[in-house]
Amino acid sequence: MRRIALAPLILFGSTFLVYNLAAYANDPLAELRLASDDGTRQQIIALTRDLNLDVPAPLRYFLWLKGVLGLFIGKFDLGSTRSATTVWEELSYAIPVSFRLVLAATVTALIIGLALGIISALRQYSRFDYAMTFLAFLLFSLPIFWVAVLLKEFMAIQFNNFLSEPNIPIKWMVIFSIFTGIFWGSLFGGERKRFWSVFGGAFATSFVILWAIDLTDWYLSPGLGIILIGFLSVGIAFGVTAISTGLSNLIAKKAALTMAGLAVVCYYPAQWIFNNFGSYFTIFILISLIVLTGLALSRIYSKIDRGPIARTAIITGILSGFLILVDRIMQSWDDYRATDAVNGRPVPTYGQRKDQLVTEDFWLNNLDIIMHLVLPTLALILISVAGWIRYTRGALLEVLNQDYIRTARAKGLNERVVITRHALRNTMLPLSSLFVGEFLGLIGGAVITERVFGWQGMGTLFIRGVNGGDLNLLMGVTLLFAVLTIFGNLLSDLVYSALDPRIRLGK
Amino acid sequence: MKLFGRKENSTGEILAGGENAIANKEVEGLSQGQIVRRRFFHHRAAVIALASFASIILFVMTSLDVKMGPIRIPGWWKWTVEDIPDLRYKDCPGGTTGCPTLSLDPTSAAFGMGTHPFGQDDIGRDYFALVMNGARRSLMIMFVIGAVSGFIGVVVGSISGFYGKKIDSVLMRLVDFIQTVPTIIIAAVIGKAAGKVGPLYLALFLGVLGWTGLARLVRAQFLSLREMEFVDAARVAGASNLRITFKHILPNAVGQIIVVITLIMAGAILTETGLSYLGFGVVAPDVSLGLLISQYESSFTTRPWLFWWPGFFIISIALCVNFIGDGLRDAFDPRQRRRITKRDRLQAKLQIKAGE
Repeated sequence: MRRIALAPLILFGSTFLVYNLAAYANDPLAELRLASDDGTRQQIIALTRDLNLDVPAPLRYFLWLKGVLGLFIGKFDLGSTRSATTVWEELSYAIPVSFRLVLAATVTALIIGLALGIISALRQYSRFDYAMTFLAFLLFSLPIFWVAVLLKEFMAIQFNNFLSEPNIPIKWMVIFSIFTGIFWGSLFGGERKRFWSVFGGAFATSFVILWAIDLTDWYLSPGLGIILIGFLSVGIAFGVTAISTGLSNLIAKKAALTMAGLAVVCYYPAQWIFNNFGSYFTIFILISLIVLTGLALSRIYSKIDRGPIARTAIITGILSGFLILVDRIMQSWDDYRATDAVNGRPVPTYGQRKDQLVTEDFWLNNLDIIMHLVLPTLALILISVAGWIRYTRGALLEVLNQDYIRTARAKGLNERVVITRHALRNTMLPLSSLFVGEFLGLIGGAVITERVFGWQGMGTLFIRGVNGGDLNLLMGVTLLFAVLTIFGNLLSDLVYSALDPRIRLGK
Repeated sequence: MKLFGRKENSTGEILAGGENAIANKEVEGLSQGQIVRRRFFHHRAAVIALASFASIILFVMTSLDVKMGPIRIPGWWKWTVEDIPDLRYKDCPGGTTGCPTLSLDPTSAAFGMGTHPFGQDDIGRDYFALVMNGARRSLMIMFVIGAVSGFIGVVVGSISGFYGKKIDSVLMRLVDFIQTVPTIIIAAVIGKAAGKVGPLYLALFLGVLGWTGLARLVRAQFLSLREMEFVDAARVAGASNLRITFKHILPNAVGQIIVVITLIMAGAILTETGLSYLGFGVVAPDVSLGLLISQYESSFTTRPWLFWWPGFFIISIALCVNFIGDGLRDAFDPRQRRRITKRDRLQAKLQIKAGE
């Protein structure tokens, strides 16, 4: 409670500080002062009047503050920019753009980082663990702008060139397959013999896949097709069951497999629905349907202990449904490449949307958004995934050394239950409080990424604010970030205390 | 396939006693400093990182002239940042100019550094000299940020943790206050203002911002250490506050402090290069690694070496500092035991057998 009361005070202090520093750093009229003709003199007078530049900075701050406090009487005013638009207008355009980027990056990095960190901790001091540690340190040391420029060059320009003459050389197939083999081999670990057998399997599989992709020119008109989706769904069903309830739970396995079967059966109807009613609302309805089906399956198959069965079925259903969705988006690839705006170079290096792409098609628009997201998100992921790997590994190892884990093992629980129920849940506690911090930390990275990839988001506004001496614009961004930080920290403390009964706030 | 299979050691069970024996024997009769030093030098990656870091610093510092007021120590490199030699255009691939002459192929005639090992920029300035100068700036900024942040963080954290109560809550609110605004914002604004006065001031200002995490850590250490019995004992023996702080508490916290400072330094070089890239850090005509990358970003397709070399130095420096920090953390962490290698197992097994 005391912290909520202090928040406005801290906000006041920090904005006051930034305002005066920025006012000292920049003279908004510096460029205009150099010229001395009549027009510029008029401009100076106009700007001075509009932005109250004749008032000294510390006092001008209070004029700005008055506008902000207008929030409480319904007259919210962040002032206007130099180009005579209101700051609020610019912000409302930029916020969704940046938010899309940062959210996509945080969520993906979190998923990848958690998975790698967990495996790394479970296989402590294995080859995989050492490789992950090195990878994490390497990623920690990469400057984001450097990565972003490299991605732009190699992922976008070279890949686009590749698409105009698609042909994977055998050399690259072999190299890629060796890496995949090493990855899976060290992932499963174990004795040398097992490593090599897994390595061989993964090597052969990825080589065959690459070969098939090359032969069929898959990257020109990609898609999964009903057969592949069938196989993958069954695989997902087994995988999800193994993690969620253990394969010995036959009913859960049956429910998951039924779900996978339903996904295959629904493939063609789903195509029809997607083609005719493509919208976010449809997707939402379909997800709800999957959840309902999962619940229904658990009711049909079992009289007791329905929770885990429903959970397994629903997760399987959502993942299989996601495959069908991916398949549908892939089907638009060919059309997307052929549009005038794209003109055969589908990986963009600049901007958040293609302005020339005017289409009503739901899938084309989404593919466009996704393609523009790919590279900046990848850059941000590379930077933040390292942190998640290290945190997760550290937290899980800490938990695995606790007495209650030994107790759980001693009373004969199998390793799956020990890990998923006793260890992972406790690992999530410290990680949950890190999430907000990471999210906010990424905003800094996003400023640089936006600049490299030419996104018109918060970062661009911020750079414009600092460089052009556009105080009101800069303060708008600062205020937003500061409010986000304060409430984010508050939220993370609340979440932490809600999850961990040992911690009580407000003492 | 066992998803959750625990890696079983065939010799694990019988060695439960053996592992402790190994760990105990290792620290027998050694002082704290000796143990830490020993552990650090057992950490292979950290030692390699330390050696590379030392050689990078030596290489960067001796290559160009060092000017300190009237004293001028000449460097071994023939070009300076101001020289504008002729652009090389012969035997450059694809009709580019100023390509690098560095050759690592010992069989070729051109083996060695050549006249312009890292190439030349668009007007012909020697890129090796530019990169060395930039690396020097970035290193200097990194060390200054580390020192300033470390100093303020330790002082504020100690006072806050030692005295507690009013002083503590005031200082911690100050920490909250600084953490409210994302670093990049305040750093950019300060960088914009400090860019006019030079990189040293930029580093000082950034140092003034970077201490908050360290202060929290030191405070937490002090809070737990000051309740320890040896602190009570010292107080009963009549030790002053200063003596307790410096003789009894700080030595126990120094490990974590050093580790956090290395992390701050590794972050600092990335912050500096990032700011310089955005144009808010070091500004031309001064040189820094981030600024070099930003200046030659667009010429990546035609002259990629202008892009690779500064990046290479940023990554090497940050990577070395990170690994040194990791080694120090392992060395200072009393709970951390050295990893038991196969050889240790074998030896312990033999010992147990011999004992039987």
